[in-house]
Amino acid sequence: MRYHPLTPDDRLAMIERIGVTSVDALFRDVPASAVVPLSAFDLPDTQGELEVERKLTRIAAKSVAAGAGPFFCGAGAYRHHVPASVDHLIQRSEFLTSYTPYQPEIAQGTLQYMFEFQTQVALLTGMEVANASLYDGSTATAEAVLMAQRITRRPKAILSGGLHPHYSETVETMAELSGQVVRANATPGKPDDVIALIDDKTACVVVQSPDVFGLIRDLRPIAAAAHAKGALLIAVVTEAVSLGLLEAPGFQDADIVAAEGQSIGNGLNFGGPYVGLFATREKYLRQMPGRLTGETADAAGKRGYVLTLSTREQHIRREKATSNICTNSGLCTLAFTIHLSLLGEEGLTRLARLNHVRACALADRLAKVKGVNVITPAFFNEFTVKLSRPAAEVVEALAGRGIIAGIPVSRLMPHDPNVRDLLIVAVTETSTDEDCDALAKALAEVLS
Amino acid sequence: MTMNNQGRPSAPGTIDNHELATISGDRGLDHEEPLIFEIGRDGMTGVDLPNVQIADTRLGGMRRRQPIGLPGLSEPEVVRHYVRLSRMNYAIDAGLYPLGSCTMKHNPRLNEKMARLPGFGDLHPMAPQSTVQGALEVISELMKWLTTLTGMPAVAMSPKAGAHGELCGLLTIRAAIAARGETRRRILVPESAHGTNPATAAFAGFTIDEVKGTADGRVDMIELEGKLGPDVAAIMLTNPNTCGLFERDIRHMADATHKAGAYFYCDGANFNAIAGRVRPGDLGIDAMHINLHKTFSTPHGGGGPGAGPVVLSEALAPFAPLPLLVHDDRGFRLIEDRDELPAGARPFGRMSAFHGQMGMFVRALAYMLSHGRDGVRQASEDAVLSANYILASLKDVMSAPFGDGPCMHEALFDDSFLEGTGITTLDFAKAMIDEGYHPMTMYFPLVVHGAMLIEPTESESKESLDRFIHVLRELALEATARNTARFDGAPHYAPRRRLDETAAARKPVLRWRQKDLPQAAE
Repeated sequence: MRYHPLTPDDRLAMIERIGVTSVDALFRDVPASAVVPLSAFDLPDTQGELEVERKLTRIAAKSVAAGAGPFFCGAGAYRHHVPASVDHLIQRSEFLTSYTPYQPEIAQGTLQYMFEFQTQVALLTGMEVANASLYDGSTATAEAVLMAQRITRRPKAILSGGLHPHYSETVETMAELSGQVVRANATPGKPDDVIALIDDKTACVVVQSPDVFGLIRDLRPIAAAAHAKGALLIAVVTEAVSLGLLEAPGFQDADIVAAEGQSIGNGLNFGGPYVGLFATREKYLRQMPGRLTGETADAAGKRGYVLTLSTREQHIRREKATSNICTNSGLCTLAFTIHLSLLGEEGLTRLARLNHVRACALADRLAKVKGVNVITPAFFNEFTVKLSRPAAEVVEALAGRGIIAGIPVSRLMPHDPNVRDLLIVAVTETSTDEDCDALAKALAEVLS
Repeated sequence: MTMNNQGRPSAPGTIDNHELATISGDRGLDHEEPLIFEIGRDGMTGVDLPNVQIADTRLGGMRRRQPIGLPGLSEPEVVRHYVRLSRMNYAIDAGLYPLGSCTMKHNPRLNEKMARLPGFGDLHPMAPQSTVQGALEVISELMKWLTTLTGMPAVAMSPKAGAHGELCGLLTIRAAIAARGETRRRILVPESAHGTNPATAAFAGFTIDEVKGTADGRVDMIELEGKLGPDVAAIMLTNPNTCGLFERDIRHMADATHKAGAYFYCDGANFNAIAGRVRPGDLGIDAMHINLHKTFSTPHGGGGPGAGPVVLSEALAPFAPLPLLVHDDRGFRLIEDRDELPAGARPFGRMSAFHGQMGMFVRALAYMLSHGRDGVRQASEDAVLSANYILASLKDVMSAPFGDGPCMHEALFDDSFLEGTGITTLDFAKAMIDEGYHPMTMYFPLVVHGAMLIEPTESESKESLDRFIHVLRELALEATARNTARFDGAPHYAPRRRLDETAAARKPVLRWRQKDLPQAAE
């Protein structure tokens, strides 16, 4: 086996040094009856690199890659162009094959990029502090709700109807253990009325902007209403690139921002691994989940970075920790940080404008198609259209023509009969004019 | 010197630096590197994009009003910056990385290549299911490997890391207990457990009852049985445990647990010791997470991403979270909603958006296909053999609290051999850095004073192990001879000397700020 450096002679010499007669003797604490022969495993034997590559390449060919044709899926995962240098740099051995930076003297590379990441996330979200990432946007949102419950010592979380349904389900799974979760009704294309649900038991209101239907929300009145009742506003962002054009949640009085960072630096990867962004106000710092990197100095006075405030964390606080999280999204944060460093202020704002312009152009184009009605009035790079037929059927029909038209809302909200005809369409810089033309033409044909 | 109750020094001390200072501040290949925010300039970018202008009419009045504050850099500057940062990191690719409990084994690059195939990497999680059949096949194949290797009937694939898998397992148990019409609030956790175990149990709404260990480093069965009762939901056991030992009484433990109406959760962090030889399902386990980033070699990436699928027994399988994967004559299909559940399924909820860590699934499957069942078994045998080789070669000069018998895939030492020398476990670990090694896991498990937990994995040659043993022996001999020069203030040859963690926590600086601007008022 090419990955195992020990030779049979090595093994014999080692057994001898240990003073046993065989490797089996080392397993003497394992009940003999629990040891099974290899034949107990209905699995193949070792294979060479060529064979494995051949097998997996064949399986991969059974799917249609997003880049293979016109493609318009979003709703929490976005296809952007990632510069080649990002993927090259994150595959450097020193980043790829290192552990959590528990020995800071030989992990300054990881610690410094984590510090840069925290700064970038704080700047993007308009918040004071950010952690070094959580698993993804949905789990970051659930952690934000739990944090709000701890801060306010109140049980109830109110979720906007525009929150991605998978996020709502994740929050319900986690937060109903310690409290109560109330979902507002979804109002596709219109602001929902979460404010009416806020009461004296409310720990937090969770509002996504742009919401799952693409609608840009004004968070300020919601923040004011929440704060008036002693509740916190949790702002959720699933398309991080939007922060290059839209007002940051921190400047709209959000108390916690939970976001999905995938769209900067990271590919679609069929849903993971992604990277959860988490930012808040300094006064809530000690209630934050997850790792934090802090600046300090070494014994010789040089600036350096360490993991800090770990007394919040499970390996120190055990059952009193703010979260059980240990592994985070290290390498995905690095991809995010490198891509954002490459973009810079100028690049990110250009990218965001470009996405918006392309989405506006496609919305205008589709609005002219008979049987298509654009229902999202204000959007970043994603909007919802009402079709004259069930959206799921239309998507399947277009997939047959090599066009991935978007996400039928019925896939996310199968219980709601009112959303059957709704389709969420996302456009990024990777969609060409020809792609948009192809979508409009195919829709016109399928809907006629 | 101030220390905590594990004997760990809590301040870095000070040193005199008599070395010749260079003009640049760099030293040969060791470059100092400022923060990215300190090297950029306005207007520059490393990505060429058209400068389109927009009307504000469709932004709902929510256009960003002030600049973000990001620096502008060209591509070569960004590449150099991150290459220079990378050179301040230790890595498995560069040397032995004996972090106990972390399984820092070789990360084959084939796996990286496979995960980047467009048919896996460039797939949207909500693309029509007819267009993602290959991805679903990978998940299905990996499920087969995981259930076969563990001898368990079902597996939940969506948890994103070990601790997330623990949570998934406990929520499954909670749902199973609720379905029986019972309420059970207590979870038994051995004192040697990973910190994630009690943290997860608390997170899932349980109270934690700690079970003491025996003098031979195992769970005290008498205490465990005494604590079992009608309010116990589960026990959480790591096996092999964090002392590097197999819990001999595991079947007895499982029987007692089941007799009390509770479930048996196993922390699978140490599965690398027994994979291909022992099936946890045969031991009476009801749920176990598998850290794909440990046993199945997906890269640790500086702290993630991981993946933590949870295998489940027949009793718990119906309660696995959404989504579920089914295979019928129409092909593979994800069930994402309660409306179309197969008979008997009663999912407790959803762990996260979408369907799990696909990128990690491809890598883990490539690892498994490369190894085969025989290679998986060889890997665990070599991991155990190498750990025992280290234990046998060092226990006369270091102190091994459970060194009388064999260990599993990691060898545990304590600091009693350092007693009276003034040298701590931390000093010893930092001296290893000067010798070119990443230190072992230190001060864990908590049940041993000044713990040093060494996990070499199966990826080291005998020559590499011999060299490591030689260095540790010499260090131990110098320490016990009270030659403290190598230990005082170590490391000497790393990119940084010891860092002041106390100061970092006392006055946290968690982000860069432009120095000459007034800071935002709270």
